[in-house]
Amino acid sequence: MISNERKNYLKKKKRSKRIILISQISILILFFGIWELLSRLNIIDTFLLSSPTKVFNTIIDLAKSNNLFNHISTTLKEILISFVLGNIIGFLIASILYLNKTLSKILDPYLTILNSLPKVALGPLIIIISGANNKSIIIMALLISSIISILNINTAFKSTDENRIKLLKSMNANKIQILTKVVIPSNYSQIVDSFKVNISMCFVGVIMGEFLVSKEGIGYLINYGSQVFNMNLVISGIIILIILTIILYLCISFLERKIKKSS
Amino acid sequence: MNSILKIENLYKNYQTEKEEIKVLDNININVNQGDFVGIVGPSGSGKSTLLSIISGLETKSSGKIITDKRIAYMLQTDTLMPFLTVLENCLLGLKIQKKCTKLEIEKVKKLLIKYGLKDYIDKYPKDLSGGQKQRTSLIRALSLSPDILLLDEPFSALDYQNRLKISNDVINILKEEKKSMIIVTHDISEAISLCNKVIVLSDKPSIIKSIYKIDLKKEKDPIKNRMSDEFMKYYKMIWRDLNDK
Repeated sequence: MISNERKNYLKKKKRSKRIILISQISILILFFGIWELLSRLNIIDTFLLSSPTKVFNTIIDLAKSNNLFNHISTTLKEILISFVLGNIIGFLIASILYLNKTLSKILDPYLTILNSLPKVALGPLIIIISGANNKSIIIMALLISSIISILNINTAFKSTDENRIKLLKSMNANKIQILTKVVIPSNYSQIVDSFKVNISMCFVGVIMGEFLVSKEGIGYLINYGSQVFNMNLVISGIIILIILTIILYLCISFLERKIKKSS
Repeated sequence: MNSILKIENLYKNYQTEKEEIKVLDNININVNQGDFVGIVGPSGSGKSTLLSIISGLETKSSGKIITDKRIAYMLQTDTLMPFLTVLENCLLGLKIQKKCTKLEIEKVKKLLIKYGLKDYIDKYPKDLSGGQKQRTSLIRALSLSPDILLLDEPFSALDYQNRLKISNDVINILKEEKKSMIIVTHDISEAISLCNKVIVLSDKPSIIKSIYKIDLKKEKDPIKNRMSDEFMKYYKMIWRDLNDK
């Protein structure tokens, strides 16, 4: 039997959630509505800022010519490869640094410098070494994502409860046992959090790489659109990117919920 | 009495870039079979360091620790791994030492059943009460079949009421399993009511100020234990030693 107080509480909670969702959707509708209205009333220059219907038509045209899916699949492929590799590299190096404190101290300034260096500056160098192809794009994304991944996972590992480590040491556990039995499981959620950061970093790296070298992909689409002054194409590319980001973010959040539930 | 652990002329210094910090200064302790030894002293006096040295977690600067017995360490409540079930937590030490045989698993399960955790074997620590968590930690320590148990302020995270109940509970289990114990605590009452020997350490660098053999008629009720005249006599003496500069 649910009390009236509880019923009211649940009702309030539900109403608050509904208000937030309706407000979020309203902002989106309002944004596109005002944009469309301003463009139809010729208050804004549609050559520069396009309009929602023009963007929509451009996306439909791209889809009809099959180009859209080629561009999306190219970008997605590059993002997924760099995401998986970035996380593996980040996780492995963070584990090695955790196991070897001296190495960690030696590499600490180099990692900090690499992290603060704008990776786009390395673009021309990467292209000359690896060629003007997808490899360069993935290397660029890897450079951005793996360093952040190393730093985030390593920080999480270092924050593991000292008492848990002490307990395992008292059981004569070796360094690898401490890492696998306590440090990694204690930081599942931080590792997933680093995945979340990583996916955005991969997006940045891949789009940056596509701006510089590619002949396909959403980054290429945006870059090409800006070169031929086709703002419909540029804004369509940005909107497709936003949709992809949301989809990938939701995938990671789903993974996060699964992992947090099981840990 | 049979001596199972002897600490002779133990010294411990910590080295920092600025200075050398003397922590333990000529510590001599003898633990007999079945002894429950309480170590009290001011905060930062090196009580936990002493346990860490006995368990081999930290190195000593000089001195001898003589024992051929197995030693297990029990820390505070939150050292149960939240991502492991109660049984998995209890088998952790055995798995690390690669001794997790079917026979050992059965032994641990029997201990869990014996001490009221039958329905919680497959549950996670978040589903346990404070007392159940302590019992699980204790069984995890007992799973390695130690002769001596080192307890580092194991009840400090509990509220007073639970503290009395759970500490009594733990002591009864240790008595039943015929183990010896060294407990570090900052609570004088806890040391007197749980132990048959109380060692008082001074401030850093710690020397042994006094050793008391506690001879109390132990009551079942921990509150009654703490209200007797004898209890107060020991309390006053230890209090005086702790405050005596």
